[in-house]
Amino acid sequence: MKAAHHPGGRDRDVIEGTSGIVLWPNYLILFILRICSALKDRREKLIRRALLLVIATLPGTAGAQTADHVRAIQNIFHPLSKPAELINDTARLTLLICLVIFLVVGGLLLYSVVRYRRKSTDDDTMEPSQVYGSNAIELAWTIPPILIVIVLVLITARTVGEISNPHFPKDPIQLRVIGHRFWWELQYPDYGVTAANEIHVPVSYLPSTPRPIQMTLDSADVVHGFWVPQLNGKLWVVPNHRNMMWIQPSSLGTYLGNCTVYCGDQHANMLIRVIVQPPEDFEKWIAGQKAPAVADPSVEDGRREFIENSCGTCHRIAGTPAANGVFGPDLTHYMSRQTLGSGVAVNNDENLRSWLRDPQVLKPGCRMPDMKLDDKEVDLILAYLKTLK
Amino acid sequence: MPNGTTTVDVGEEQLPARPGQERGTLTGWIQDLVYTVDHKKLGILYIGMALVFLVLAGIMAMLIRAQLAFPDGHVVSPETFNSLFTMHGTVMIFWVAMPLAFGMANYLVPLMIGARDMAFPRLNAFSFWLTFFGGCLLFFSYVGAPGLYGSGGAPAVAWMALAPLTSRAFSVGPSTDYWSLSLLVAGIGSVTGAINIMVTIFCYRTKGMTLSRLPLFVWMTITTMFLVIVFLPPLSAAQIMLTLERYLGAKFFDTQAGGSAILWQHFFWIFGHPEVYILVLPAFGVVSEVIPVFSRKPIFGYPMMVAASVLIGFISAGVWAHHMFAVGMTSFGVTFFGIATLAISVPTGIKIFNWLATIYGGKIRLELPMVFAIAFLFQFLIAGLTGVMLGVAPFDWQLNDSYFVIAHFHYVIVGGILFAVFAFFYYWYPKVFGRMLDKKLGFWHFWLFTIGFHLTFDPQHIAGILGMPRRIYTYHPGRGWELWNLISSVGAIFQALGIIFFVLNLIWSARKGKVAGDDPWDAWTLEWMTTSPPPDYNFEKLPEVRSRRPLWDLKHPDDPDWKFE
Repeated sequence: MKAAHHPGGRDRDVIEGTSGIVLWPNYLILFILRICSALKDRREKLIRRALLLVIATLPGTAGAQTADHVRAIQNIFHPLSKPAELINDTARLTLLICLVIFLVVGGLLLYSVVRYRRKSTDDDTMEPSQVYGSNAIELAWTIPPILIVIVLVLITARTVGEISNPHFPKDPIQLRVIGHRFWWELQYPDYGVTAANEIHVPVSYLPSTPRPIQMTLDSADVVHGFWVPQLNGKLWVVPNHRNMMWIQPSSLGTYLGNCTVYCGDQHANMLIRVIVQPPEDFEKWIAGQKAPAVADPSVEDGRREFIENSCGTCHRIAGTPAANGVFGPDLTHYMSRQTLGSGVAVNNDENLRSWLRDPQVLKPGCRMPDMKLDDKEVDLILAYLKTLK
Repeated sequence: MPNGTTTVDVGEEQLPARPGQERGTLTGWIQDLVYTVDHKKLGILYIGMALVFLVLAGIMAMLIRAQLAFPDGHVVSPETFNSLFTMHGTVMIFWVAMPLAFGMANYLVPLMIGARDMAFPRLNAFSFWLTFFGGCLLFFSYVGAPGLYGSGGAPAVAWMALAPLTSRAFSVGPSTDYWSLSLLVAGIGSVTGAINIMVTIFCYRTKGMTLSRLPLFVWMTITTMFLVIVFLPPLSAAQIMLTLERYLGAKFFDTQAGGSAILWQHFFWIFGHPEVYILVLPAFGVVSEVIPVFSRKPIFGYPMMVAASVLIGFISAGVWAHHMFAVGMTSFGVTFFGIATLAISVPTGIKIFNWLATIYGGKIRLELPMVFAIAFLFQFLIAGLTGVMLGVAPFDWQLNDSYFVIAHFHYVIVGGILFAVFAFFYYWYPKVFGRMLDKKLGFWHFWLFTIGFHLTFDPQHIAGILGMPRRIYTYHPGRGWELWNLISSVGAIFQALGIIFFVLNLIWSARKGKVAGDDPWDAWTLEWMTTSPPPDYNFEKLPEVRSRRPLWDLKHPDDPDWKFE
């Protein structure tokens, strides 16, 4: 995809390689996965491996089935996670009912207007027969809407119950998401890991061995909203009011989402990335995040500039006592992220340089002020940040 | 103002000019409007003010669409965009849609019930001027708040101003105070106006005009004004609480101090949802008057229509939390408000059936008011059905806060209410100004606006389904939203053209339009009995009513309605 250019000439395209989504391989994969899920007992593992190998060799699916595949088009009718699938079933049924009502009532309207319009041959002094109403007819046409409402209420209640009171087979992965203006803080309490903006979770290939992620939503300031349509419906992130939601993604990929509740100037760029990885890769990522910050002596100058410019007041770098702020994202493993500024731009040298020089260029209105760094300071801090793998 | 064809000898021209009032000059005309306590002139003032604000807020909408036409747009800055959608929403709801409802009721109710004026004419003027100055206060934020440069001073908290974004910590400077105080002022004006209209309807009906013979527009107005009286005070209370919090350190919504962000939402939506019905019921009223006249049949099932609208009024008190399905309520709360929300679709559905049955078997004259009313029916049907989708709570978890919601409520407010308001203009303009609106310009207006409406709002449903959240000032390319936003922005241009034709028509026809006469549509309600425009005292002799269609009885003495009711 062609990069869109900011006036500053920086590459802001954060959605590379998503020119088109070929759906049919996904359906094929889903079909194979369904077979997988039907398999029980010990042989399951072997056969599953074989089938997953088949998936990997399917034409055109290799790209679609890696965590790098950016799922930028988040169609709510194409869910890839359990709660979103439950919603989708309800939604499609509702849509169908509404479509039928629309066709019937809209058709009646069209028919009546066309059939009973005044013709030029009509005698205008003659009025049509004056009908005042009919109790029988009116009672009769009240019944179908009531029945439809009852059906909708029942499916609503069922789906709400299913999603709000899930039965998890084993302890789910805990993830605490804290909304800040205008970025997301992520905590994995089971692993003691703190990250920002890019959520890494393992995939649940098989419904029989799910690994759901239980998310606790908190806000540090104002109301935000968490929404990744293919994973689950949205839930608001309200200060002083803890919300819980869960996801159980069934396909690899990088899912894009947004903050949905207006929270200030940069509400539009409070973006979400959920990277659904194979479990091995997820464990690898966790291990990387748990590792202490790299202390590379060759960038000691940059580290000093970082401290001296008070970056540590807002940002934390584990193992650096002078950098333990909580107002901005944790930078301990900054280079493990694909984007900067909560998804506003790709994490590369050019964008990072622009960001360090003045964050208000890429994200006007964000909370990080222009630190008025000169070129030399920018270079040194950039070199330092680049070692934070 | 041109006189109608029917002359009444005691016309106002014969009256001596009051001291300080020069007739026939511009200053005299302005003085006349400023001093007036006449319900008709106040009605015109309400509607004229609404039109001015409609154009202003419409220009804001055009800027919003220009910014979103392409990804990474740079038409306006983020701060400007955020204040644009805040002002657009606030102005359209409180200074366009509500004054239209009040203006229509002000002009029509006394005429329809055979009264000479409102119960409290001076209170009526007071209500109007409060609303007007409330609007001025809001717009004054552009210069009064600390952003003397550009538009920095206008409020940018979105029209529902979710706490705690409105607290001093997150909303620095007085812009939010302009928002809440202007709403407080206008809110008081609305409540006093509603009380006035209620008293007028209950105490000033002409002889024989029993409640069961009231025109449906009046019935819808009763329900509307009841909702205003009951549900605007919670909003005013919330504004007072917000002001106390911002100036005197109260902690109602301050989450850092243990307050509740959700409390604000309850206050706002217990007003906010009935507000939708406050706006839509007068539109129902207009359509319920227009459809029978142009189908040449009485409204089908009058008692059911009245019952349905009163029922809507009552149920609307118990549905507010469906705006909060995604806030994180208990499943019991979600289910309860889901049931109430779906239940309200039953009386609304009944109304649509009744309108259909009125059309069915009629002899439909496709004049401009009827064309707008039919478009209303079609678009309101779609708006209702997307509303049902949003009422199904799990579906709402996906659709809430997305462009699907934007599309849904613009279908209600533009496709429904505004189309009914246009029907109102084409139907009653001859009564108000004595001249018909031009048909050719009117059809240009209709087609441009209808095409523009669908181009603008139909694609927004799809953008929402593809995950586009509301209130974003920009978006990255590649999310599948580009095409839908571009179509939407093109549609906005068509709508603007339609409005230009409409305004031109209003101005041109006031001087050059075909003279209307008392009763150009061969209609049946009392306002068509008097001259066009009606004299200050409305009726030379107050009429006596024996049925729901007094003019039908007059025109068909051999086959009067009262024999059948």
